[in-house]
Amino acid sequence: MDITLLGQHLINGLMLGVMYGLVAVGFTLFFGVLDVIKFSHGDVLTVGAFTAFATYLALKAMQVASPWLQLAAISLVAMLATALLGAAIAKYLVLPLRGAPALNTLLITLMLGTVLREGVRLIFPDGSNPKPFPRLLPADAFTWGALTLRVDTLILLAAGLGMIVGLHLVINRTKLGLAIRSVAQDGETAMIMGVNFTAIVLITFALGSAVAAFAGVMNGLYYNEINFGMGLLLGVFGFSAAVVGGLGNIYGAILGGFLFAGLQTVGAVALPFASAYKDVFALAVLIAIMAWRPTGLIAEKTSERV
Amino acid sequence: MKRTAVVLTAAWLAASAGAAAAKDKVKVGFIGPLTGGVAANGIGGRNSAELAVKLRNADPKAKYEYEFVVLDDECKPNVGVQVATKMAADRSIVAAATHYCSAVAIGTVETYHKLGLPVIVWGAVLPDITYRNKFAEVHRVNGTMINQNETAAKLMAGLGFKKWAVIHDTTDYGKGHNKYFSEALKPLGGEILGTYGVTADQQDFTAELTQVKALNPEVVYFGGLTPIGIRIRSQMDRLGVKAVFQGTSGIKSDAFIEGLGPLAEGALSFIEGAPVDKLPGGQFFKTEYDKAGYKEPPEAYGAFAFAAMKLILDRIEEVGPDRAKVNEALNRTANYDSIVGPVTFDDHGQNAVPIISKYVVQDGKWVVWEDSEYASGKRKLR
Repeated sequence: MDITLLGQHLINGLMLGVMYGLVAVGFTLFFGVLDVIKFSHGDVLTVGAFTAFATYLALKAMQVASPWLQLAAISLVAMLATALLGAAIAKYLVLPLRGAPALNTLLITLMLGTVLREGVRLIFPDGSNPKPFPRLLPADAFTWGALTLRVDTLILLAAGLGMIVGLHLVINRTKLGLAIRSVAQDGETAMIMGVNFTAIVLITFALGSAVAAFAGVMNGLYYNEINFGMGLLLGVFGFSAAVVGGLGNIYGAILGGFLFAGLQTVGAVALPFASAYKDVFALAVLIAIMAWRPTGLIAEKTSERV
Repeated sequence: MKRTAVVLTAAWLAASAGAAAAKDKVKVGFIGPLTGGVAANGIGGRNSAELAVKLRNADPKAKYEYEFVVLDDECKPNVGVQVATKMAADRSIVAAATHYCSAVAIGTVETYHKLGLPVIVWGAVLPDITYRNKFAEVHRVNGTMINQNETAAKLMAGLGFKKWAVIHDTTDYGKGHNKYFSEALKPLGGEILGTYGVTADQQDFTAELTQVKALNPEVVYFGGLTPIGIRIRSQMDRLGVKAVFQGTSGIKSDAFIEGLGPLAEGALSFIEGAPVDKLPGGQFFKTEYDKAGYKEPPEAYGAFAFAAMKLILDRIEEVGPDRAKVNEALNRTANYDSIVGPVTFDDHGQNAVPIISKYVVQDGKWVVWEDSEYASGKRKLR
């Protein structure tokens, strides 16, 4: 295979990996602090993307023309709105069910996901149709052989990787991160040590959801198109990535994201049969990995399993 | 002067004699979706078919007086089979123009075959309706995705394109388009460099499109619907795939243009049928339809319902109100002059020369190819 072609596949795969990783991080954070699986995560991403789009339309109506200002505003509004949404979901749906079997949380968030998705479809004007997401980044392109690289692709890739590094720093270098890690390790002990358990849970959900909104905006800017169903598949892929990486471990989630994206790319490119099977291939490999390492590639350090 | 008077008197006498002698009554049927989501199309079709009957009844030369029987299939296969059975079991109904919805039409062909009612499908486009079986009773005036792809291949090959890459969704719709387009392109010397099946809810196509890019095709053929059509076209741009975007009837929607903005420019689409003013007999049909005073528009397939019903009436006039004879006469139809162009039924009862329209996006609008600046050479497909 031509080296430039390989480069193009690599860029495509990296971009997908960053997006899957950012979604997977949310799943893994929520599982870390509360041991719950929140299936509405993908649809929270959709809400984030549509909030950004609505903000853009509002800015356009107010005649704010600078693309950088627009970009900053839509990202900020989308992340804030979904952070609030995430915290509200935690406060009113997830925390009250703490004593109940984990299955209940899973089901209730699964239903919530449908509510959010259909809500976006019905409330947003003409929401059933795909919406053109604005191009706010410079679209100059460089071409080497089969490799075409647009500046906006590079910026998005850098922003995504930056977000991952930022998350790493927050979790590992700040007091807030310490509190999140302590709650993840042992909620009761953390409380005894003076950590405000509820606040930390809410902040974690807000953080994970804001990261999902960031991924949603990235998704919109990358594909220049958003639709009400975009979060559904991203949610499934992100969750798979989180599980295969090891639920509860941030690096596992990111590793899982890149692994899944890589498998999909290989599935579409290298398999002799139709590319329609690329998801089948990628998910089948994940199943095989799960059979080999049931707790994921990087398991949570302090496993409570007896 | 005197002679004129004599002629006029004779004509008057002849006319009144014709009217006075009571004509035999003959029943013809119509089935379409008159309620439900696609009711507008069904009602437009019904009005148009009724118009054909009215015009015939007003014609003094007609041998019979026709009664128009209408049933509603609601675009539901189960209801469709019920009403089809009801109509076919009524032996006084000689022939019928039936169905707009493919799912209904494919479910009812067996009923017509068993009960021996000659029908002409006026709106459903699924190839299987005529081609899965070889029922002598089933005919169709409008085209299918087979004809659509033949027209598409002919236009594109005629423009000098030689190399294609095909992306299609893996539903029956997308797979059918892939199959029929590939078949139509081969004899014209076009080459398909690669074929990629994708799922209908896929978001990312960069891997497939990178492969496509390496093949360096002149045209990307896409068999599927608007949402992923938008994604593929948009991602082609991101990856720098410079090829013409050739779609099917599935992307002929305003949402496609709205979703892509300026990127939609130059995308192609092909659909069965044509806007009324592009039909050979469109002007006549429009005038008569307006004169009849219908409140609802004829919609896209009204002219086809009119043509189907007129063909039935012509055959009954020829051979008399007998199902078997009418059916035989219908099967012999070749180069019949209708308002939707010539009709020739092949051995499956499918109109072999149906009208297909070509569209191209020009300045944010779907423009009929022949009227576009791309056809006149002012702009070039890139």
